[in-house]
Amino acid sequence: MATTDKDLQTPKTDWARIAKDGIWDNNVVLAQALALCPLLAVTGTATNGLGLGLATTFVLVQSGFLVSVLRGIITPQVRIPVFVLIIATLVTLVDLAMNAWMHDLHKVLGLFIPLIVTNCAILGRAESFAFRNRALPAAFDGLMMGVGFTLVLVAVGAMREIIGSGTLFANASMLLGDAMGFLELTLIPDYRGFLLMMLPPGGFIALGVLLAGKRVLDRRLADKPLAAQGQRPSAEGQGAVV
Amino acid sequence: MNTVANPTYRQRVGYQAGLLGGFSLVAAALLVMGDIATRDAIVERKAEDLLASLAQVIPPAMHDNDLLANTLSLGPDATEADGTLTIYRALQGLEVKAVAFEVTGQGYAGPIRVLLGIGVDGRILGARVLGHAETPGLGDKIEVARNDWILSFDGRSLKDPAPDGWAVKKDGGLYDQFSGATITPRAVVKAVKGGLELFEARRDTLTANAVVTEAAAIDDQQQ
Repeated sequence: MATTDKDLQTPKTDWARIAKDGIWDNNVVLAQALALCPLLAVTGTATNGLGLGLATTFVLVQSGFLVSVLRGIITPQVRIPVFVLIIATLVTLVDLAMNAWMHDLHKVLGLFIPLIVTNCAILGRAESFAFRNRALPAAFDGLMMGVGFTLVLVAVGAMREIIGSGTLFANASMLLGDAMGFLELTLIPDYRGFLLMMLPPGGFIALGVLLAGKRVLDRRLADKPLAAQGQRPSAEGQGAVV
Repeated sequence: MNTVANPTYRQRVGYQAGLLGGFSLVAAALLVMGDIATRDAIVERKAEDLLASLAQVIPPAMHDNDLLANTLSLGPDATEADGTLTIYRALQGLEVKAVAFEVTGQGYAGPIRVLLGIGVDGRILGARVLGHAETPGLGDKIEVARNDWILSFDGRSLKDPAPDGWAVKKDGGLYDQFSGATITPRAVVKAVKGGLELFEARRDTLTANAVVTEAAAIDDQQQ
């Protein structure tokens, strides 16, 4: 390979940093504000959020690995179409394989899989991380970004489900098997439903609450050490962009 | 960019085009292989699904034949659809007890395929959604696994309810709509009604006694 590994080996891979970035600091949704379209579309229930999150994580890990392995021959000029091609092929193969060999799971997750292709978070990670890092860190980054995305999806889904229809993890046994049926809760019996939360605006509202919550938490955390030193914290600088 | 050594040949248009073309070729080859590897399994799974759905819309006690074997095809002239329609017949001996066939409604996000089972008396034995692409969480309540809604068709016929009742409540009909998704149930109601009308119009063909085919006759002799 023409690429020398000189520049790639310099700093040792900081696994903890990657994990923290994916789940909190540089969260796909909360910090990068990516993948909002599938997020708003499917998070009517926590179960649906979990389903999309798992499927996306699966593809993120693989696309991160593949893009990283192939980055030596991909030139910057045509990288975007090549990434799109890799991701679309991957998603289609996953869809076919699941349909053939994991048919019951496919019946539940099948609706979400085509949504993954349009998920700009995957392209974003290929572009900003996998294209510049070795294969294992890239796959790990995909995993952690996926976990962070899944957590947000479940949180938004849970908020909308509880307020919108008074249940939590409805139909979870369809996705996770009957063993996980205990997750299915009816929190508010005889609830008449709050349609707004089930519709896309409810997704925006729940997302807004989460985003605000993250800002507040980040500010508190940043304030603590600075306050001890008697400094004024800067108001900006949270949710840094890559 | 990350690459320190970026040889000049890579800047040529030819390399870029070749790279893109090469990736397309590999992607296409992978997809073809994936399709070949999974096609048979997917067809099998689909047949299993169909059998399972058929068992839900025609009670197994009503027939003694293999539903997938004794099918009937309606030509394009018989239906509004342009393709041929496969009719699954539930037979006892040679007498038709019930039929099942697929109807399609135009949902919010593409066609909704509904399998409809109708007894010879023109009453619905059951309806099940085979496939759809409706919004998860809103329109997918038409699936029996998620909601009992589809069961509200059981026992209905063209006269019960009266034609006005064959609509969702919002349109003055009998059937519930879902909060946030009216187009989906409306499409299913329309498709089911269309199926009943088709049955009524072609009742004689659909319920005519089955003709003993050669294969079936041999089968009988062996028993």
